[in-house]
Amino acid sequence: MELEVSKMTSQATRHPNPRNPLQPCPHDPEKAAAKQRILEAHKTYGRGRPIRKQSIKDKKLRGNLKSLENKYKDATLKAKDAEILLENESGFLEPEGELERTYKVRQDEIKGDVAVETAKKGFELKLEGLGPYVCDYTRNGKGLLLAGRQGHVATMDWRGGTLGCELQLQETVRDAKWLHNDQYFAVAQKKYTYIYDHAGVELHCLKKHIEVTNMEFLPYHFLLATVGNAGYLKYTDTSTGQMVIEMPTKQGSPTALAQNPSNAILNIGAQNGTVSLWSPNSTTPLVKLLAHRGPVRAMAVDREGRYMVSAGQDLKMGVWDLRMWKEVNNYFLRQPGSSVAISDRGLVGVGWGTQTSVWRGLFDKSRDDQEKIQAPYMGFGGEGRRAERVRWCPFEDVLGISHDKGFSSIIVPGAGEPNFDALELNPYENTKQRQEAEVKALLNKLQPEMISLNPNYVGKLDLVSAAERKKEADLDRKPEDPVAKFRNRGRGKNSSLRKHLRKKGKRNVIDETRLKIDALRMEQNKKARTTLKKHEEDLGPGLARFAKKGP
Amino acid sequence: MQRQKIKALTRPTASAQAPGSSVARQPRNLDPALHPFERAREYTRALNATKLERMFAAPFIAQLPKGHVDGVYTMAKDPERLETFTSGSGDGVVKVWNLTSREQIWDTTAHEGMVKGLCFMRDQKLLSCASDKSIKLWDPYNTQSKTAPLATWLGNTAFTGVSHHRSLPNFAASSTIISIYDVSRTSTIPLQTLHWPTSTDTINALSFNQTETSILASCATDRSIILYDLRTSSPLSKAVLSLASNAIAWNPMEAMNFAVANEDHNIYIFDMRKMNRALNVLKDHVAAVMDIEFSPTGEELVSASYDRTVRLWDRDGGHSRDVYHTKRMQRVFSCKFTPDAQYVLSGSDDGNVRLWRANASKREGIKSASQRQKLEYDDALKERYKHMPEIRRIKRHRHVPKQVKKAGEIKGEELASIKRRRENERKHSKKGQVPRRSEREKMVLATEQ
Repeated sequence: MELEVSKMTSQATRHPNPRNPLQPCPHDPEKAAAKQRILEAHKTYGRGRPIRKQSIKDKKLRGNLKSLENKYKDATLKAKDAEILLENESGFLEPEGELERTYKVRQDEIKGDVAVETAKKGFELKLEGLGPYVCDYTRNGKGLLLAGRQGHVATMDWRGGTLGCELQLQETVRDAKWLHNDQYFAVAQKKYTYIYDHAGVELHCLKKHIEVTNMEFLPYHFLLATVGNAGYLKYTDTSTGQMVIEMPTKQGSPTALAQNPSNAILNIGAQNGTVSLWSPNSTTPLVKLLAHRGPVRAMAVDREGRYMVSAGQDLKMGVWDLRMWKEVNNYFLRQPGSSVAISDRGLVGVGWGTQTSVWRGLFDKSRDDQEKIQAPYMGFGGEGRRAERVRWCPFEDVLGISHDKGFSSIIVPGAGEPNFDALELNPYENTKQRQEAEVKALLNKLQPEMISLNPNYVGKLDLVSAAERKKEADLDRKPEDPVAKFRNRGRGKNSSLRKHLRKKGKRNVIDETRLKIDALRMEQNKKARTTLKKHEEDLGPGLARFAKKGP
Repeated sequence: MQRQKIKALTRPTASAQAPGSSVARQPRNLDPALHPFERAREYTRALNATKLERMFAAPFIAQLPKGHVDGVYTMAKDPERLETFTSGSGDGVVKVWNLTSREQIWDTTAHEGMVKGLCFMRDQKLLSCASDKSIKLWDPYNTQSKTAPLATWLGNTAFTGVSHHRSLPNFAASSTIISIYDVSRTSTIPLQTLHWPTSTDTINALSFNQTETSILASCATDRSIILYDLRTSSPLSKAVLSLASNAIAWNPMEAMNFAVANEDHNIYIFDMRKMNRALNVLKDHVAAVMDIEFSPTGEELVSASYDRTVRLWDRDGGHSRDVYHTKRMQRVFSCKFTPDAQYVLSGSDDGNVRLWRANASKREGIKSASQRQKLEYDDALKERYKHMPEIRRIKRHRHVPKQVKKAGEIKGEELASIKRRRENERKHSKKGQVPRRSEREKMVLATEQ
């Protein structure tokens, strides 16, 4: 209990609220402490800004909202107070002196220093000749799925070391993925995608998912999303077996696929270095951003959906802020990264060539500017095994690396979420609990229509004005030209086009407006050049240098 | 020479399940990062809860066995007991029922004509009045069935309703005037008579206010609602509506408010201090409303209508919360909430008394704590997401008899055409000559003090 309290106070001192007008005032320290407590609670457990009640005229509504706000505040404080009940503390690896480096610590040193039970979690599986392997952990971190390129698929309870099933499929396996629990998994094989159960019995052959290269499973929507060589993104509802939608990405063969766990949007990396964001509700990408100067090799999004880390063929690893669509920092890798994964506590594992590095503190949601990290937190490899995929084991300090010669489980202190919520995901669940959780999850299955960039839009009021809605409902309306307002509006330094470019042109987001603006700019430049040339010709060679730039 | 500080996550096996215990522990962590799609999942749960509510909706419990031979035109409940109530029918028979056993415990052929009013007194005697110009006093708990009345009062004209004073041994009976009688004296001459000086028509219903005990409200066939005060033995105020009212009910929690069941298919809730405007208009019936009653909480109403349905209302909503009907239920002439606000009784033209749940999807059995918690959680979710279109649609969906639905459609068309005509008049006349009138004051033709 003492430890918990000290942790809370240390957190409070580490993140002082700069905007807090109520610094402990000498007049009433108790009141100030209460206010501080509310602010602290709101930071982690708050649900946005409170409603401003002053402007509401309706007395009854104002009263209702007031009581509702009080309820929310109460719940926030209670949630904060319940932190004292959290049992486990996260692991750590701290250097004692200034000259020590955490990345120099070897696995055998760690294994000697941690508890025996934990040391057992680092292990090696030698599976030569059938690789390279891909790996996947179940959502609660209990099961491990390994699939070799040559057709060797195995599932295991990695903690107990018991084999679930083992299949020799005798054909190419490109990807393998657990579904909602350790009872089912999907394997993308040479032509079709198949679903197997825990005993390795083939349950379904998804004949519409052809030549799949990457798969993702959206657990709350029960959607299996695949994208194949032909570049078609397909969503299948695994609870009903219905294909929800299939749409062409029109970007050729995809090079990477990752899901945003907070809003179920899929990020697809393309050969041309763009990352596009897809939802089943739109046949065009919601956002397209140019992340790399070459094919995107791997991507991962953190659990709160705020940051994305991508690795490309251009030897870069970029950290992106998904709220502002801006690159925060980028890092150099000596070889193109093959796989990226972000742990629950924000550690980034990246496999590049025969090496795997783990980075800490690449992003921090509560800071305004993200600092560039100089050295990785930990590093492994160099033994001639090319890392194919890295995955963090949920709720454990364990990084799974599957490579061309098998699978390595590596202990990384401080990676996993120490306190799980047993009613959400339970790493120690028994059969009854698993069955109950499955039924509950199916009852609460989210509809594909609810997938959007902002997952909290559900249940909110649509604030679009009636006029706007009427305009949108009119199918015969003329399409609005996004660049009309930039055309023929002013010249010189402060023309509307230049102003727009100055303010917003640097954002690396390529959308329809951006393309049109680029075209407009080219056109205007060309026009200016021809006018200048004409003026110069009119004036003759001697006076040409006095020619006007404008018309 | 280990100099680094290292600690990796370990969880003892006892943290999942205490040794020797068969109960798996379920630790919680309320960090929002661990619970993605919070709103979407809540909404889905709210939708499922709404669907379940409609699936479990079974309002009809029973019809009381061996009902009346003629239609049940009036009912009354015992203010001192939860389980007894009485019903009176067109052939003059009065029956007293026990709700827990759903049996008739007492009956008599009380009158020659149609029983028009029934009322339990505080000392558990029963008053009945009928169109045979008589009021009779009965003691159903202490006498055998079919015994002679304890007392009889005779009047000059047919009585239409009876209501007992909260504390005094007085009761009021209505005919063309309101006569106040003393229970202890069986004199045919009333203690006092009350009437509006200019009105001569039959009074349809009357009701004593149980909180402001001297106030009496009545409605008459001349479309008027009149309030009287016993202390000054004079009428207080009068409002004339566009059509006559059939029943009147005081709000037990807000002593100044009362509801009237009107012939124009609507229910109006009035504040007795301000009769030129209704507090609320409840619209959904497609025929005249025959009876109305507030629930003991004062938050809800039940109404019986000539369109063969019983409807339940929230006091401050404009439309009904629920509609009850069965194939064999004919015109409903009376309805009552039970004193625990859990059940609703209806008496109809087909001679049956029916028992309904006040909340159609509620079940009576004992619930475990987790079950109760789940229901409360579901209720909170339904309340939170009630504005969502899908949830609102499912929540509002009701099957109504074809005739009622058709009548509703026709009524909608008629109202739309009246409105259109009014708008046309307004469009073609001088500005301000055809003023708009609020729906809540439209039906009040005149008020008098």
